[in-house]
Amino acid sequence: MDENRMAKVERLKLESAELMRQIRAEDDIQKKQKLIAKRDSVQRKVTAISNNRRISRETKRDIVAYSFIAPNFIGFAVFTLIPIVFAFLLAFMDWDGSNAVTFAGLSNFKRLPGDTFFKAALKNTILYVLGTVPLTMIASLALAIVLNQKIRARGFFRTVAFFPYVASLVAITAVWSMIFHPSKGPVNYILLTVFGVPQNQLPKWFSGSLVLVTLILFSVWKYMGYYMVIYLVGLQGISGELYEAGSLDGANTWQKFCYITWPQLRSTTFFVVVMLTINCFKVYDIAVMLAGGGDGKLSTSATVLVYYIYQNAFNYWDLGYSSAIAMVLFVMVLIVTLIQFRYEKKLEA
Amino acid sequence: MSSVNGNTETTKYRSKRKNQIIGKVLIYVILLFITACMIVPFLWMLSASIKSNREVFLMDPFVWIPDQPKWDNYIKIWTKIPLLKFVQNTVFLTIVVTILQLLTSSFAAYSFAKLEFKHKNTLFLAYIATIAMPWQVYMVPQFIMMRGMGLNDKLLAMICLQAFSAFGVFLMKQFYEGIPNDLCEAARIDGMSEYKIYAKIMLPLSKPALSTLTIFTFVNTWNDYLGPLIYLKTETKKTIQLGLKMFIGQYSAEYGLIMAGSVVSLIPVIIVFLCLQKYFVEGVASTGLKG
Repeated sequence: MDENRMAKVERLKLESAELMRQIRAEDDIQKKQKLIAKRDSVQRKVTAISNNRRISRETKRDIVAYSFIAPNFIGFAVFTLIPIVFAFLLAFMDWDGSNAVTFAGLSNFKRLPGDTFFKAALKNTILYVLGTVPLTMIASLALAIVLNQKIRARGFFRTVAFFPYVASLVAITAVWSMIFHPSKGPVNYILLTVFGVPQNQLPKWFSGSLVLVTLILFSVWKYMGYYMVIYLVGLQGISGELYEAGSLDGANTWQKFCYITWPQLRSTTFFVVVMLTINCFKVYDIAVMLAGGGDGKLSTSATVLVYYIYQNAFNYWDLGYSSAIAMVLFVMVLIVTLIQFRYEKKLEA
Repeated sequence: MSSVNGNTETTKYRSKRKNQIIGKVLIYVILLFITACMIVPFLWMLSASIKSNREVFLMDPFVWIPDQPKWDNYIKIWTKIPLLKFVQNTVFLTIVVTILQLLTSSFAAYSFAKLEFKHKNTLFLAYIATIAMPWQVYMVPQFIMMRGMGLNDKLLAMICLQAFSAFGVFLMKQFYEGIPNDLCEAARIDGMSEYKIYAKIMLPLSKPALSTLTIFTFVNTWNDYLGPLIYLKTETKKTIQLGLKMFIGQYSAEYGLIMAGSVVSLIPVIIVFLCLQKYFVEGVASTGLKG
């Protein structure tokens, strides 16, 4: 038995030496790498056999684990990780997508401060985030608290509140642009007839400075149902004993909210704010569909960062510049996430 | 003395009772208001979809159901644009993406949650790091890459794009971590292979998480606009969102038809949501989506 093993090791060692010779002689790098890999596996067999094991238990365990991960990870690496790396590199390049790529250094970033359309897009995106995040958070929290009470038809109310979130954007923006139509829509009709707003002062919901307000209102309406569910889960995690103790101490509803609900929901709020901020920074389709008109073009008053990334890439084929703008988007999301993370850590400490 | 005390107790009790009733009424008023805000746009959509263009904006008198409902809006919309083709494309895409997403995510998540292996933390970090990364940051290089692979203007590109999300793996992993390890250990002692444990024990237990992931994936794929806008150029390959947007661009004054098309585009998502929603809150809760 033992001799048998020794013979096998000898044979493998010979094979390894032969492979080593081939590697030295080979000029083609790709073939060389294949040979190196082959030799490595032979070497591993040698160690395994001399250690009196066929395949080590650890290797077997790893292989099973990797086989579970592989289908997803391969797709994820190819279609997400590689493009992310590519995006970082592209920001420092000049490329039109077909001709040769040239190194551009920081020139793409230097163009940003002088670009008025970029500055408008940045300003609008930040204003949109500042408006949407707190409003959605407050609305969804309030809704969750109400829908966590024992009330009739709770399931129905929850479903309805979640509806706008699942409904397709094209469909609901089409309805909104009709309901808020400046001259014909029912909202302005009510303002005109019930509230007596003069005809010439009726709000033009989709143009000028008001368009951002409309975008924010729309987003709160669309997203509050989703974040309500997350808050509901958070609320259900708060122990009822805390409220009973609060009642015994004579706390009123508002005090209970301030001293029990709000502090207990801290990690939920952290999650909600981070997700909301990230989602708001990448706003694109809402703006294009509500304010873009028939051709989907956004004016300076309604433009957002992602729109400008898209424009530079697919209309002007200025891929490097487009990636530089994408980096600005990334850095802002990163900053918000880091601040939140720091804050969360601090509270936990 | 005691009677006075009793009196104040009852008045206190009464005022407390009164406050409670006022509170209840207030809650219902707020709820009804919010519900109205949520649902009126959808009712308006349904109502406008059976009206003529003149009737849609007729306010005086406003009626929800016109005297002669124009049901043929729902017939015309299929002939004005190749809506059937759009629906077929979108159904195909959504089903394939959802199935791939559920299978590969739960598969990978099982490994991350229940197995020990080399480089586990590094691999998982790769997933986590991209969760906060908006797709819009790398959509351009991704497109260039896909174009290089010859996937431009192909539905396959959309599948590759949406089927392997970090989000799915994260969500499923959180759920699996809530399932006791003893269950897997017992099965291992009985000689079950890891694949069998996944298929026979974990998968049947993960209904809430799978439902939640199904809702998210289905809704996102069905409603995606920017992805198909970048990749799908030929009309016969477009999805329902692109098609509907195209229709709105071309016939911006055909209000009744636009609304009929919108209603059609909502139906599948609503069916899926209503079927799975009973698992939804539970799913969000158990997958730690709350953070």
